[in-house]
Amino acid sequence: MALRRFDLEAGGDSFAFKPETEPTIAFWLGKYPEDKKRSAVIPLLWLAQKDNAGWLSEPAMREVADRLEMPYIRVYEVATFYTMFRLQPVGKHHIQLCGTTPCMLRGANDLKEVCEKKIGKPMHVTDDGRLSWEEVECLGACVNAPMAQINDYYYEDLTTESFGEILDKLGNGVDVDPGPFVDRLNSAPQGGLTSLMEGDLFDGSRNAISELPNLPSAAPAEPEAAPAPAPEAEAKTTLIKDSKPAPKAEDKPEILTVAAGEEDDLKRIKGIGPVNEKALNELGIFKFRQIAAWTPENVDWVEDFMSFPGRIEREDWIAQAKTLAEGEETEFSKRVDAGEVESSKDEGET
Amino acid sequence: MSDDLFKLNIDGEEVEVPRSYTLMQACEEAGAEIPRFCYHERLSVAGNCRMCLVQWHGAPKPIASCAQTVGDMRMNPDGTPPNISTKGDYVEKARNGVMEFLLINHPLDCPICDQGGECDLQDQAVAYGRADSRYELNKRAVEDKNMGPLVKTIMTRCIQCTRCVRFAAEVAGVEEIGMISRGEGAEITTYLEESLTSELSGNVIDLCPVGALTSKPYAYNARPWELRKTESVDIMDAMGANIRVDAKGDAVMRIMPVINEAVNEEWLSDKSRFIWDGLARQRLDKPYVRRDGKLTPVNWGEAFAATKDVLSIAPEKIGFVAGDLIEVEQAKAALDLARAMGVQNTDCRPAGAAYGTSGVREHYLMNAPLAAVEEADALFLVGTNPRVEAAVWNARIRKAWLWNELKVFVVGEASDLTYDYTHLGSDPSAIAEIAKQAGFEKPMVVVGESALAREDGNAILAAANDAAHSIGSIKEDWAGFGVLHTAAGRVGALDTGFVPGEGGVDTAGILNGGMDAIVLLGADEVDLSKTGNVKIIYIGSHGDAGASKADIILPAAAYTEMAATYVNTEGRVQMTRRAVQPKGEAREGWAILRALSDVLGKKLPYDSADDLRAALREANPIFAGLGYAPGHEGAEALNEKIGSGGSSVSGAPFTAAISDFYMTNPIARASKTMAECSLQKQGLETPVAAE
Repeated sequence: MALRRFDLEAGGDSFAFKPETEPTIAFWLGKYPEDKKRSAVIPLLWLAQKDNAGWLSEPAMREVADRLEMPYIRVYEVATFYTMFRLQPVGKHHIQLCGTTPCMLRGANDLKEVCEKKIGKPMHVTDDGRLSWEEVECLGACVNAPMAQINDYYYEDLTTESFGEILDKLGNGVDVDPGPFVDRLNSAPQGGLTSLMEGDLFDGSRNAISELPNLPSAAPAEPEAAPAPAPEAEAKTTLIKDSKPAPKAEDKPEILTVAAGEEDDLKRIKGIGPVNEKALNELGIFKFRQIAAWTPENVDWVEDFMSFPGRIEREDWIAQAKTLAEGEETEFSKRVDAGEVESSKDEGET
Repeated sequence: MSDDLFKLNIDGEEVEVPRSYTLMQACEEAGAEIPRFCYHERLSVAGNCRMCLVQWHGAPKPIASCAQTVGDMRMNPDGTPPNISTKGDYVEKARNGVMEFLLINHPLDCPICDQGGECDLQDQAVAYGRADSRYELNKRAVEDKNMGPLVKTIMTRCIQCTRCVRFAAEVAGVEEIGMISRGEGAEITTYLEESLTSELSGNVIDLCPVGALTSKPYAYNARPWELRKTESVDIMDAMGANIRVDAKGDAVMRIMPVINEAVNEEWLSDKSRFIWDGLARQRLDKPYVRRDGKLTPVNWGEAFAATKDVLSIAPEKIGFVAGDLIEVEQAKAALDLARAMGVQNTDCRPAGAAYGTSGVREHYLMNAPLAAVEEADALFLVGTNPRVEAAVWNARIRKAWLWNELKVFVVGEASDLTYDYTHLGSDPSAIAEIAKQAGFEKPMVVVGESALAREDGNAILAAANDAAHSIGSIKEDWAGFGVLHTAAGRVGALDTGFVPGEGGVDTAGILNGGMDAIVLLGADEVDLSKTGNVKIIYIGSHGDAGASKADIILPAAAYTEMAATYVNTEGRVQMTRRAVQPKGEAREGWAILRALSDVLGKKLPYDSADDLRAALREANPIFAGLGYAPGHEGAEALNEKIGSGGSSVSGAPFTAAISDFYMTNPIARASKTMAECSLQKQGLETPVAAE
């Protein structure tokens, strides 16, 4: 580990928490008794780092120490112990590239070269102040190796090409959505599900309580009590319902062709992100009213087609679509419109 | 087997120890020697050096004996006491492995290391280390850190035992040393390499088991085996800390603490420890007489003749003032000479002080021993700041506050004492508040000597004594009332009766004009600006305020150069020993006065220091009890309240007795090291306070 020292020059003389951070500080301080408030040192250092452009300056550390009434040396010990507290300035986008074994085996060393080529040495900040990088130990996303954390988000399943592209975009001020950079959802198999595909796995129908076959039946407490209604008893004994028949071709919903610019922003529906929107558009679904008109058969068909059984009902796409089709707003769509939902932004949008 | 005792079988020997013991203490009880680096009796247990490994038969791994509480151990399966081995191949191999890891990054620079010869790592490497190294990679190197003018750092030698960190946080109470980073990058440092500010910082040098923290002033001066070691007593404050003076040739090379649980435990303040370079600077090594306004070196005969001329006047026009560092022998000889000459104007107290004339010793002693603060449940400090007036005692107060839930109350200046306290008020009227703090079993009321040097000093003493009585500080077995002195010589001089005789005037009276001749016995802390046209005879060791105004200088030995008696603030009689010879023609104070008495025709009745001490014992039997402090035996004498003589306290707030901890006496003012510390402190106080 390299020597860790404050960059005193870049740290300046003063630091103040942003006003909007104060409630969070109060939240953390509220967790501990007044005389044990030094327990909040790590959360407060973290907040100070957030408020100080991603690194912890010496005045920021002192501010934390003063607030917690701790000797500076004690806070200094904590700040230097945890390498996630950065004592030197970092870029607007700080890349923490995982170099631990799984990522290394999946090509992290090549990604390091990309960093070195595009940014420079570790902890070097590019002239425009946009990028810096460092190698870190395992970030716990080995299933999507190799990966990097850029500011607060994980960018996974990287290749030298996709990673280079991300760095180029970030370097040019273009935001990049986090997540896997191959064709898969989170850490699901590439190219769609290969197992756990039965729809009823997810609709809750299997949660019914069954009687265990070898359980010694307890004597009924009240022999006069009426036996449980037969249908319920039947349901209890049925552990696994018959799987549904495969959806038929006639259940495919109505499709449309619309001129460019005519389509609705389906991402305003909670549950539809850029990937799903694209898939729906390819199916020929562009309008809220189309989704609002879906029959249960149509829903089954779409879910089967898109390999996510139960999700449309769970997320209530149809009701959302009805509201939006009438020109009204939902809670979620308001947030989308306000630009607060990262996953509903278009790629390349700044 | 009693509930609080636990039986262990250590190296085949059965021992029974309290359950609260650590396994290491139990092993020592059984006579086994356990090597250690991080463990220290007076600090919390860290358990990070792993050198104290022992074998617990049945346990899967070696046990770090310093961190294993005996009461937590379990019996053997058959119910017999647990078997511990502190020797044997198993333990040897474990410690050998630990030692190998410790030495991986430790430089082989013993030949140029000041710790060499008294290094724990060196000693233990001989016992447990390998003959060779198997480590082939690069050793780590660590940047040296600034820790101020006293502590030199060579951080590559550090083995991260964290003793210094724990000392600063626990004992000194100034959290300024820490371990930053982690693993291989771990480093000991102060915050951004600021200098240490604690008055006890020098103790980290003793605590460091390797040569990472060493004494800066002593650096490369001597090897421990070349030094002549003399156990003595410190006189930088009124505590009388026990010290060891290490000397080479005729120079004092360093001063180290000696363990005395009753006085200084094993700590020493920075002033006591680093004063020694002042013993070689600004020394008065020949007699001087002022001729034509210039001090001219003369021989003893000429000096005495000149002194006789000066003192051949009416005795009412002569005054004797004893300084802060005066030893009992000199005080006794001076007092006897003064009385023989008919001089009644003698005083050893600071100007303005009126206490100590009641003839009751308990009225100017601390009474409760320094160690009693660990038994006390409340401590009332009146007009005193023990952090600068008795720094080592302050650490003991902190210890009691930290571990015994001692409650501290302060009447006086509110300063950082390294522990929390209730501030009752800044002026003497707040002494009345003390009486309202009832409900303590063993309360202690301690009045600072500087509070007694005020105009209303007697009223303050009486008020504090009154308050002490009302809260139950004085009982049959508890004498929780007394005075914390700042000067090492004061109590001893008072014990000889060095106060104005019948019709005599006190220090203020002597110095505020009216005298024709003043004899200063090492008195440098007094204001000599109002003496008027007066001849001054200065007997002392250093050329300081007194000597610069003197007309005749009679050079005396310093405390490291003579066997001398001092009485500390508790009333404990202790003796220094001669570690080196007096400088040049300097003589012991009493011998100068004895010789002078002959010249003056008033020959004192003792020819040797032993005769003098016999006379002392005869005059005051307390001088017979070397090393003894009366403690609660004084309670009886305190039963009667101290009267104020009709005066009442004023509203003027208490002020600090010591403005500069490092500059309180002529030896300190002659010391370069102390000057550096003083500058450092002043430098620190300005910019940091502004932030």
